[in-house]
Amino acid sequence: MDVEILSRIQFAFTIAFHYIYPPLSIGIGLLMVVFESLYIRTKKKEYEVLAKFWTKIFAITFGIGVVTGIVMEFEFGTNWATYSRYVGDIFGSALAAEGIFAFALESSALGILLFGWNRVKPWVHLVATWAVFLGSMFSAVWIVVANSWQQTPAGYHIVGEGMQARAEIVDFWAMVLNPSSVDRISHVWLGAFLAGAFLILSVHAYYIIKGRFVVMSKKAFKITLMVAAVSSLAQLFTGHNSAEGVAVNQPAKLAAMEGLFEAEAPADLYLFGWVDKENQTVTGLKLSGGLSFMLHQDFQTPVTGLNAFPEEDRPSQVNAVFQFYHLMVAIGMFLIALSLFGLLQWKQGKLFDNKWLLWVFVFTAILPQLANQFGWFAAEMGRQPWVVYGLLRTSDALSKSVQANQVLFSLILFFIVYTVLLLLFIYLMNKAIKKGPTSDIDFDEGSLNKEIANVISK
Amino acid sequence: METLFGLDYPTWWFLVVGGLFSGYAILDGFDFGAGAWHMFFKKDSSREVALKAIDPTWHGNEVWLVIGGGTLFAGFPVFYGTLFSAMYTPFILFLLFIIFRGISIKFRNMEDMPWWRKMWDWSYSISSIMLAFLLGVVLGNILNGMPLDENFEYIGGGFFEFLNPFSILVGVTSLALFMMHGAIYLLLKTEGKLYNRVQVFLKVGMAFFIISYIITTAYGLFKLDHLLIVFKENQILFVIPLLVFLSIANVPRLASKEKYGWAFIFTSLTIALLLVIVAFELYPRLLWSNDIQENSITIYNAAASTKTLKLMMGFAAVGGPLVLLYSYFVYRTFWGKVNSNSEGY
Ligand code: HDD
Ligand code: HEM
Ligand code: HEM
Repeated sequence: MDVEILSRIQFAFTIAFHYIYPPLSIGIGLLMVVFESLYIRTKKKEYEVLAKFWTKIFAITFGIGVVTGIVMEFEFGTNWATYSRYVGDIFGSALAAEGIFAFALESSALGILLFGWNRVKPWVHLVATWAVFLGSMFSAVWIVVANSWQQTPAGYHIVGEGMQARAEIVDFWAMVLNPSSVDRISHVWLGAFLAGAFLILSVHAYYIIKGRFVVMSKKAFKITLMVAAVSSLAQLFTGHNSAEGVAVNQPAKLAAMEGLFEAEAPADLYLFGWVDKENQTVTGLKLSGGLSFMLHQDFQTPVTGLNAFPEEDRPSQVNAVFQFYHLMVAIGMFLIALSLFGLLQWKQGKLFDNKWLLWVFVFTAILPQLANQFGWFAAEMGRQPWVVYGLLRTSDALSKSVQANQVLFSLILFFIVYTVLLLLFIYLMNKAIKKGPTSDIDFDEGSLNKEIANVISK
Repeated sequence: METLFGLDYPTWWFLVVGGLFSGYAILDGFDFGAGAWHMFFKKDSSREVALKAIDPTWHGNEVWLVIGGGTLFAGFPVFYGTLFSAMYTPFILFLLFIIFRGISIKFRNMEDMPWWRKMWDWSYSISSIMLAFLLGVVLGNILNGMPLDENFEYIGGGFFEFLNPFSILVGVTSLALFMMHGAIYLLLKTEGKLYNRVQVFLKVGMAFFIISYIITTAYGLFKLDHLLIVFKENQILFVIPLLVFLSIANVPRLASKEKYGWAFIFTSLTIALLLVIVAFELYPRLLWSNDIQENSITIYNAAASTKTLKLMMGFAAVGGPLVLLYSYFVYRTFWGKVNSNSEGY
């Protein structure tokens, strides 16, 4: 295998792994803020317990997010040296802004968040919790801005030639607010809220099923369910905006997402399907003219297909892009349905009566995670063969001085270390969840009720 | 070229990046040093207290590396690409040890099994030692210079090129420096028996540093002529090595009086001054091209556009004080000695 393919595998592997944790930290962070604010306002002990419990879980996800994030920053230099030189002016300034404005805030406040319960006043602690949460939101902004720029470059000009060509900023705000930034930041934020919210729903559903911490869990579940419902609906909206943007700015990507080959024709919308690249066909369940309608509110308007682009300018993994994209959308729809159904049950006062529904919530925690991964894979593979869309090819972006055996060596090392990290993460999460928010029996009305029930039935 | 208070923008940015890396070396330096001594504490409970001394703040210190990396990337992208890809192996190792250092601190106290704690203690200590060493190795390679082509691309060998004698010496010296620095930090944070033990560490650490520093300097003076060019042209600059000498000499003097707060200031100063010397040895270059002088990377041919540099000077002017403010607040919150009752995970 050559340096290019190895470096791509390494980058995809390390970033996909990194991206398990930041969304959790952001999403859990949001609810940590909610629980602690409720505690400060109502002084009810259960909110304090909830805030502390989720802070503990947060510490685990955050810790792994940090160590794997530093890898990402350095990897641009080690594996993509030409890319680094090319985009340094733009990408570097976003990364520097991220460090100065987001990470510094986040990590300083973290010390107080984790260790400061008895050292500072409650409101100062709440400020620290807010700071950590906002810091993580900002860091998502800057890194997604950098990535959006490479998807839809704006506000730059190219200086120099050949190996020494570089993009330089001419208009900072045009660079930051490039055509895809706003859509993608909102989409990524909401994806993170969903990841955190559904994890919290999952854990509390599990407690309710097991009859532990029931009173507290029901409260937490209801609050989180509202967050999940709002976020999943909003996600459809931001996702739709992204798709419209992709149609305008990266037509080859949109064509790959929908398996569209014909250069100019009315386009169908597939619910699911399978793309055969050789024969340029898609088999699946479709809505005729649906994509045309989504984009132009008309079933007949033509949409640009892959054949409108020269072979070397279009993504090669059409089926993969198609599948990742469709799986994400399917998951999105499912999350909307599930959270609305939950709200409906709540309104009818039956939310916690159906064990099967609670079990569905227990297992749904994995789905937003998958949607987040699939979304990135669709967005990044659909961008190929370009690193910077239309400007710099992935094959030109490499570090010229690095050899294949070095990358193989580092890839193997990362693989081993990350496997250990993942196992540790699962082990520690499992342990923290088993142990639960508190050992204090006073809150444990659930098990108390159970015991009473036991006594009565005897 | 546009200037600000008489200095051009690449020079300003050279100072910003240099300042950030000095800050990083001073702050995470004592974490590394504390970690390097970690396994010399025999009891589990002592190691737990030693960890608590750095627990609430090490992560904030590490952020200086993240910011330093970002500003280097933004300000001197050409240098960033070349250095990181040329030093591929040491940087990858550095990243792996950064991972292990971080998770060891986080996970050690999450279980009570002795083997679990011991495993993370070892992992923490080895990672800290290796991180201190690798930082020095990379610095040694920068000072040493490397073969570059006309596109500023590294054209030397791969895997083990980075392990040349001078770089290894610089690596050992930086480990020794951080061990001295870290021991003093631990003295500020501990009490009782632990404190007495660390006093012994400090003596060893000071001797280790002074010896390795002398050897490394001597080797550099004889073997690396290019480092002296700027000094020979401006002899007044020899004041700086003199200041380093005085600053180092102050450390044992203050330590013998148990004035560790001051000693800490002087080890910090030593780190900063040593990096000032490095800056003068290089400026305006960032990386020497060993064979063909013209291919050297300088702050001018590596710099981002003036527009970007100006913009980021703005970021730094706003963000810098904020970062210092947060750090001050956090250090103040966790000021004072730690013991087995202090907060931890
Ligand atoms: C949606 C958000 C998001 C995305 C797409 C990424 N990250 Fe990230 N990253 C975060 C959101 C985040 C975070 C939530 O803010 C983390 C998790 C823990 C932390 O400190 O910040 C983080 C940590 C983190 C750190 C450690 C910071 C510290 O020590 O505090 C670095 C250096 C990076 N990231 C760099 C990257 C790079 C170079 C990425 C892409 C190529 C990337 N991240 C994708
Ligand atoms: C965090 C979630 C992300 C995931 C899961 C992700 C996923 C991927 C994948 C799968 C690839 C390989 C594509 C291929 O080789 O076919 C890739 C490549 C790449 N991505 Fe991302 N990406 C993410 C975020 C980012 C961000 C935020 C940036 C930059 C700011 C970025 C920049 C790049 C670069 C430079 C490459 C390597 C060159 C390339 O293949 O284009 N990615 N990413
Ligand atoms: C509900 C229907 C959804 C639609 C129509 C949709 C649409 C899209 C589109 C078009 C993109 C590509 C954007 C680009 O390349 O510029 C994208 C990317 C992405 N999606 Fe979705 N999405 C949906 C649901 C979800 C859900 C539920 C999640 C996660 C919980 C999610 C997470 C992501 C992520 C992380 C990315 C990559 C970042 C980005 O490019 O914005 N999406 N989505």
